[in-house]
Amino acid sequence: MPIQAITPDYHGEVRDRLENFHGNQLVYVGWDRHLLFCSAVAFPLAPDTRFAQLRDEAMAGVFGLHPEWAQVDWGRVSWLLDGEPFEPMLDRPLNEQGIGHKSLLRMQTPDLKGFQSAGV
Amino acid sequence: MAAKKLNIKDKYRLLTRDLDWEFSYQDRKEAFPYEEFEGIKITDWSKWEDPFRLTMDAYWKYQAEKEKKLYAIFDAFAQNNGHLNISDPRYANALKIFLTGVSPLEYQAFQGFAHTGRQFGGVGARIACQMQSIDELRHVQTQIHAMSHYNKFFDGFQDWSHMHDRVWYLSVPKSFFDDARSAGPFEYLVAISFSFEYVLTNLLFVPFMSGAAYNGDMATVTFGFSAQSDEARHMTLGLEVIKFLLEQHEDNVPIVQKWIDKWFWRGTRLLSIVAMMMDYMLPNKVMSWKEAWEVYFEEAGGSLFKDLARYGIRMPKYAETTEKEKEHVSHQAWWIFYNYGQAAGFHTWIPTDKELDWLSEKYPETFDKYYRPRWELARQMEAEGKRFYNPGLPQLCNCCQIPMGFTEMDDPTQIAYRQTVYNGERYHFCSDGCHDIFVDEPEKYVQSWLPVHQIFQGNCGGPGVEDVLRDYYRMNVGADNLDIKGSPDEQRWNAWKGVA
Ligand SMILES: [Fe+2]
Ligand SMILES: [Fe+2]
Ligand SMILES: [Zn+2]
Repeated sequence: MPIQAITPDYHGEVRDRLENFHGNQLVYVGWDRHLLFCSAVAFPLAPDTRFAQLRDEAMAGVFGLHPEWAQVDWGRVSWLLDGEPFEPMLDRPLNEQGIGHKSLLRMQTPDLKGFQSAGV
Repeated sequence: MAAKKLNIKDKYRLLTRDLDWEFSYQDRKEAFPYEEFEGIKITDWSKWEDPFRLTMDAYWKYQAEKEKKLYAIFDAFAQNNGHLNISDPRYANALKIFLTGVSPLEYQAFQGFAHTGRQFGGVGARIACQMQSIDELRHVQTQIHAMSHYNKFFDGFQDWSHMHDRVWYLSVPKSFFDDARSAGPFEYLVAISFSFEYVLTNLLFVPFMSGAAYNGDMATVTFGFSAQSDEARHMTLGLEVIKFLLEQHEDNVPIVQKWIDKWFWRGTRLLSIVAMMMDYMLPNKVMSWKEAWEVYFEEAGGSLFKDLARYGIRMPKYAETTEKEKEHVSHQAWWIFYNYGQAAGFHTWIPTDKELDWLSEKYPETFDKYYRPRWELARQMEAEGKRFYNPGLPQLCNCCQIPMGFTEMDDPTQIAYRQTVYNGERYHFCSDGCHDIFVDEPEKYVQSWLPVHQIFQGNCGGPGVEDVLRDYYRMNVGADNLDIKGSPDEQRWNAWKGVA
């Protein structure tokens, strides 16, 4: 049952529909095992944002504070999109490569172990 | 004829059972419209055993006496500048969380019990809820009075009620109670009276009240004592409601079990704020969160659920997860607030050397391995003049609404990610517990008012985060928020104490 309600056939208002974000979509991005950042970060982005912009502007603006960001070897980064392996196309927009509203993108850099190799 | 003087038993019977009446020309079901939709079956309300057994006149008399003593102590506290006796100005930040996060829940409890106190067909249950409702109103009032003194001397106490309804992290306690109050009356009682008041309340009140005692805060200690006898009655109601529901009909058992599972999990998530308060915010520590969890949940809760086994009730789902989480949650929660100290209505800080060592001692399995490195990096950045504030807004759990900073318990450097797709929309959760609650009633939680999403939808003013903090949350930006180092709170304290 989708809800135990006194009102027959009750439906809740979907508060975070794409249309509510004034032309943007939400994308969550986390850098695995770099827990200086307590959680993944939410970015409101135009769906035609190119992946390179997401990476070099939005992500760099946050994750760039980590001492290891400058050492990231982009050829060796692996990505998960909503839990599945993902190959981003840098010059293509988000909406042309399956990065949907409220998708979760995880960046993995197994060569970089975080501060004191502790995943921080 | 002179009126016969009633003995207490007669008075009590007249107050409760005699206030009920038979419905001769109205349908009883229409009078109590909320009683059946949850699927709970009540066959005989007369089997309800009243937990309070108080008459109104006894109640007023008793509470009035407590009140008199309480306010005399508040007056003395204010006249003697009691705030100067707290251990350290950092302690006041625990009170800011209490006033903005917990006191408004007392008010929500008042409203919730007033509503359920109308909705039950059994008069005994109605009276018990109404009395608890009055208690809860008294709790919120006395807490406001206890803390009003601090408001004159510290930042962050000024707009607690407004903040409760709007500030990002306060949506965690607010949504907890909103969830309970928008459920049916039986779920509300299982959620609040049983799961919270009976099973988990010691983990809220003991830490705050002993924390107050250890840190020289007489106002809060006194309030705590004054609420204690009420809490004892509330716990009795929690136990009675469970026994009553389970004895009324066997079909109630799986429904009650599902509610216990849900509310135990929601409760543990809510208590992560208390966990960080105990381990990080109290300058004089009472005990570690882990120790508190072992004493008040694992031991006390363990024997309770052994007793309930005869009704077919088992331990709450994911209780075994919490056994691992007790090693981690306080550290992960305080780290979230340290990350977002620029957006909190209280101060945050890096633990002192002595405190780091205390944490290592209390958490030998986890602290040095997983959490000390976080603080060492924070220190290094602070020493470079770059105190770390996370410039992005966090991903939130769609159920508990806490930033998704909790990790896999068997892999503590990996954030736990759970998600589901419902009607084409994607939803994210911090844990299996939160995921399961959503999946069971998605039409409820698609409505979650997630503060980060609300900011991005433009519903909280803006455009910048600072505008939201100042205008929508009504924080005094630069005074209420940021690190305790260099804060006006710290400067005033040093001036009072004559420290340079
Ligand atoms: Fe209360
Ligand atoms: Fe209570
Ligand atoms: Zn959650």
